[in-house]
Amino acid sequence: MSAVIELKDVHKSFGQVEVLKGVSLAVERGEAIAVIGRSGSGKSTALRCVNRLETIQSGEINVCGHPVHDPKLDVRKLRLDVGIVFQSYNLFPHLTVEENIMLAPVTVKKLRKAEARALAAQALARVGLAEKAQSYPEQLSGGQQQRVAIARSLAMQPQVMLFDEVTSALDPELTGEVLRVMEDLAKGGMTMLVVTHEMGFARKVADRIVYMHQGRVWEVGDGSMLANPQTPELRAFMAHDL
Amino acid sequence: MKYKFDFGALAEYWPQFVDGALLTLEMTVLSTVSGLVVGTLVAIGRRSENKLLSRLCGAYVETVRNTPFLIQLFFIYFGLASAGLRLPVVVASVIAMVFNVAAYTAEIVRAGMDATPRGQLEAADSLGMSLPQIYWHIILRPALERVYPALTGQYILMMLSTSVTSQISAEELTGIANNIQSNTFRSFETFIVVAGIYLLLTLILKAGFWGLGLALFTRRRRLGTSL
Repeated sequence: MSAVIELKDVHKSFGQVEVLKGVSLAVERGEAIAVIGRSGSGKSTALRCVNRLETIQSGEINVCGHPVHDPKLDVRKLRLDVGIVFQSYNLFPHLTVEENIMLAPVTVKKLRKAEARALAAQALARVGLAEKAQSYPEQLSGGQQQRVAIARSLAMQPQVMLFDEVTSALDPELTGEVLRVMEDLAKGGMTMLVVTHEMGFARKVADRIVYMHQGRVWEVGDGSMLANPQTPELRAFMAHDL
Repeated sequence: MKYKFDFGALAEYWPQFVDGALLTLEMTVLSTVSGLVVGTLVAIGRRSENKLLSRLCGAYVETVRNTPFLIQLFFIYFGLASAGLRLPVVVASVIAMVFNVAAYTAEIVRAGMDATPRGQLEAADSLGMSLPQIYWHIILRPALERVYPALTGQYILMMLSTSVTSQISAEELTGIANNIQSNTFRSFETFIVVAGIYLLLTLILKAGFWGLGLALFTRRRRLGTSL
């Protein structure tokens, strides 16, 4: 079985600072991968490279058959296959929840409004917010906004979902409701790459955990890896996890 | 100072006042709509990654904002006429007004567009939307909502500066007033009446913008909060 997401020796610099120093990683279809590591280890950057929000200097990235490293890539086609959810939700404030979700299906996939509305209802039900369709983002809690953002991505029916520290701005209760939605997704067989600081989630839900340190993949393993770190760096990192 | 006001002398001219006011209003509405469209396109051009386009739009904006409207009007009416293109007075006036107000519009709208949070653009981008789609659905309406007071203020100013077009004998309100006062020698009364009419037009325009704002900014209408 070939990988849906494959990074080979990816290098990425911002000016003089090299953020990714040869990252390689393969994600199989249906796998949920948690990427952990301290701030500045390059995990968010690696994630953003996967859907070309950042361009890389060298190496190869293949996602659902799209050569992401290729400058001539049709980026919009790539993005039909890859959904992403951000730490800061990034909902469109002037649109209702339903309009937020319907926008891309209507404008990008050219669905009829009725079809898109049905799709939005379905996605909202999946994140447990069916009754909020007519609300505006500012009327929702952070956790609800983040779940809408997940629904907005899901409505495009991507093959892969990327999560960039999606609970970092939320209190523990709201974090829980968002993580439950993600756990359901993972159980439903969605291919997921999840950058997170939630060790519990990594342990419980992820098929594999990737520990990044100083721009490199430092350690890869399953949930037990967190209890038995092989490297002193991961051991030090886990020492802060209560 | 002894001056006896005699507004009665103006009574027979009221149809002309009405005509002048209507022409002023028509020129204003036409220039507002066109100015908004052209100005928005210039703002987009100025934000473009294409350096040449961006600089051209910048040069246009700076030229217009740093020269007097009267000179722009003369340039379009007399300048083009001597080059062989003789435009009707009202057409030349409206073109000059659009040319002028579009530059101010561009700067105001650009400020509103620049205030779009980057995350929203990344989200739209990640959903596969194209740049024109992002401008139309994500950037434009919130941008207009943010700068709406500044923008409508600019159009009210423009309405008032239609009076300048009387210099090329456009028969808008001020032009009419000049005719009337030279016929009646009642200049004090005439300009009091005209000032009153301008005030009234301003109120009408403001009400119009208020209604348009309600129609355009659904979220604001429903929640009453600013973006």
